[in-house]
Amino acid sequence: MSDIKKFLYVNRKPPYGTIYALESLEVVLIGAAFEQDVSLAFLDDGVFQLTRGQNTDAIGVKNFSPTFRALGDYEVTKLYVERESLEERGLTEGDLQEITYEDEDDDWEEKPSIRVVSRAEMAGIMADQDVVLSF
Amino acid sequence: MSYQVNGHTIEHDEEGYITTLSDWSKELADEIAKTENIDMTSEHWEVVNFLREYYDEYQIAPAVRVLIKAIKKSMGPDKGNNKYMYELFPYGPAKQACKIAGLPKPTGCV
Repeated sequence: MSDIKKFLYVNRKPPYGTIYALESLEVVLIGAAFEQDVSLAFLDDGVFQLTRGQNTDAIGVKNFSPTFRALGDYEVTKLYVERESLEERGLTEGDLQEITYEDEDDDWEEKPSIRVVSRAEMAGIMADQDVVLSF
Repeated sequence: MSYQVNGHTIEHDEEGYITTLSDWSKELADEIAKTENIDMTSEHWEVVNFLREYYDEYQIAPAVRVLIKAIKKSMGPDKGNNKYMYELFPYGPAKQACKIAGLPKPTGCV
């Protein structure tokens, strides 16, 4: 199909405190039904959205971080995380939760969805899109 | 708007989805199923339980396409297909089964 477009959802805000992160994820899940080429980018404070061991009990909102692990079921398998944003916040890839998908074209082998990329690579990924949505 | 179960009143929204997820019980599920004209069999329960486990793990009620694919993976193609699922839940497996399972309406379901 030639009318598949490349969509990139850019996440720059922390998971809680504003509604941006949750809204972005919901739009991704809804948009997944349209069978486009969907990727997510996490940079700036957006990298906190993927950290492991989140607990929201004290702030009385839903912890939606487990929902990122369902993205593979929705065939959303490319989650780009900017290395510089992680480093600037004292984080490493090991601080992020494991998110995998099963590759239909490779005997359903489980593969990681998170790909840590450099700032320069992220610029290239953005330039390569048809549609970029910022949250 | 509410369901009545064992003397308890359980609030629901205008479409019949319960408003407090922790209010759910098996008795309530039977009650919701009645309003949907569904006679709960072990096959229905299998799907409802599957949905509750999915929600527990991912904090999300899956879209119908995702649900059917996940059922196919876990229970095989005899159950993980549109025909089987719509026979159990004629008005939409995600919509009706989620309602009975006490989950929110699936994301992206209008």
